[in-house]
Amino acid sequence: MTVPATVAELVRQFRANGRIVIVGASLAGLRAAEALREEGFTGSLTIIGDEPYEPYDRPPLSKQVLKGWVPADHTTLPRLREVNAQWRLGVTATGLDRAAKQVRLADGEQIPYDRLLIATGTRARQWPNPDEAALDGVYTLRSRDDAAQLQKALAAPPSRVMVIGAGFIGSEVASVCRELDLPVTVVERGSAPLVGALGGVIGEIAAEMQRDHGVDLRCGLGVSSLEGDSGGHVRRAHLSDGTIIDADVVVASLGSIRNVEWLEGAGLASGFWGVGCDAGGRAFDINGVVTDSIYVAGDVARSPHVLYEYQFLAMEHWDNAVLGAEAAAHNMVNLEPHYRPHLLLPGFWSGQFGLNIKSVGVPPFGDEIVFTQGSVKERHFAAAYGRRGRIVAAVTFDHGKWLEYYGKLIEQSGPFPPPPPGWDQPPDMKPIPAEFPQPGVPTAIPDVVLTGHDPSERAAEFRPRRR
Amino acid sequence: MRIAVDLNRCQGYAQCVYLAHKDFRLTGQEALTYEPNPDDERRLQVERAAAACPVQAIVIDRLDGAKGSATS
Repeated sequence: MTVPATVAELVRQFRANGRIVIVGASLAGLRAAEALREEGFTGSLTIIGDEPYEPYDRPPLSKQVLKGWVPADHTTLPRLREVNAQWRLGVTATGLDRAAKQVRLADGEQIPYDRLLIATGTRARQWPNPDEAALDGVYTLRSRDDAAQLQKALAAPPSRVMVIGAGFIGSEVASVCRELDLPVTVVERGSAPLVGALGGVIGEIAAEMQRDHGVDLRCGLGVSSLEGDSGGHVRRAHLSDGTIIDADVVVASLGSIRNVEWLEGAGLASGFWGVGCDAGGRAFDINGVVTDSIYVAGDVARSPHVLYEYQFLAMEHWDNAVLGAEAAAHNMVNLEPHYRPHLLLPGFWSGQFGLNIKSVGVPPFGDEIVFTQGSVKERHFAAAYGRRGRIVAAVTFDHGKWLEYYGKLIEQSGPFPPPPPGWDQPPDMKPIPAEFPQPGVPTAIPDVVLTGHDPSERAAEFRPRRR
Repeated sequence: MRIAVDLNRCQGYAQCVYLAHKDFRLTGQEALTYEPNPDDERRLQVERAAAACPVQAIVIDRLDGAKGSATS
């Protein structure tokens, strides 16, 4: 038998009889399962999810569900095809034994695999003080249960809602509160809402928009503590400037934490920023060497992106989950040279205050911004982000149809400022600083250190962080 | 029936709103919200809405009569 024939036979056998385990039963896990079957994989497929629900869609949770228009349990994702899988729902994966090729579950069971897909996503960062976080009326918003509980609390109705953190989720919650005619205070540590994602120039516009809609927005401030009544229900928040705000619903929207703890000790390149993988979704081990049997997709995946100087990007976007899962699934049942890269131009949207904010590319990669179309005053515009003379991202407020134009320019490394799109140009098209916050100082010691002195022994070792 | 909308792709053409106004709504000019779990009675309207979307952003259950049980 020639070598290529052997390889072809291996692929055929694996597709017929292999065992694939997917950890994570959300959008990425489901679409990966469907794509595997689509690719002709007929072996055994197991999908493990820590929530008791079938895969559901998250974007409606912070909008339709909170408004009370759609019940939280109506968000189950549509199925594109039969996946014929063993579903293990409501059980958490607690460990990975790569030597034995087994996933360990919380109920003690070990699930063997030939190939594994890690799609464990992220979870909401909880309010850091556990006693205060446990008060009735304190919520986060990530899961279906979170949305159902928060919706109920908003419908009560509360006398005032306090939102901590003005990222996308916090801003969307504030927007829903105003639509429900609820008084809402938003406290944001940064200089304006959405600053981390879109910079200070756009942040100022978002701040104005929130205030115009009656949000009591307080920037440059933190919440130092939450105070409950004798019944254990939250009643007020103490801000870092000494102000006290009465509120009986508090939503902590403090960003997300990647679900990587279960991989501790498995020897993969996993940590705070996610699980490192190549552009084909193949996980890196702790030494930075690509694995053959472990793949990553969705929010928890972190891979180098050609357009952004091969920096490792983790993208918490809907289409990243879908397309990353499809690429990983394809690569799981094929071998070189038939691997497919996942080279998405990142993009997200957020509906808030009756307005659609969309973006392509990676705005924080840029340091300058220029308004290219429409009118900021009317909140109907497009703006491009640049870095060293190249366009790297664009954002639109109710101007989404033009995003494709900017997307093409970004993909082709077009110049910054970009060529005028020839329509509806603002009078001033001078680039200005985009005002992203300085990258933070290192917040923790590294998890991984080098061992060995001899080049042949040199390797990396995981050093568990003291929490 | 179950649907999801790829709101990355959605550009607010609003064809779905015209064809199935019970299940698709625009907030403002561009921001679409939708009923992810429309009544089966409205399947025809929803399918028409999905077919009419210029960017094909509406994802519909493709399992026949899908209850989509977790054991499928």
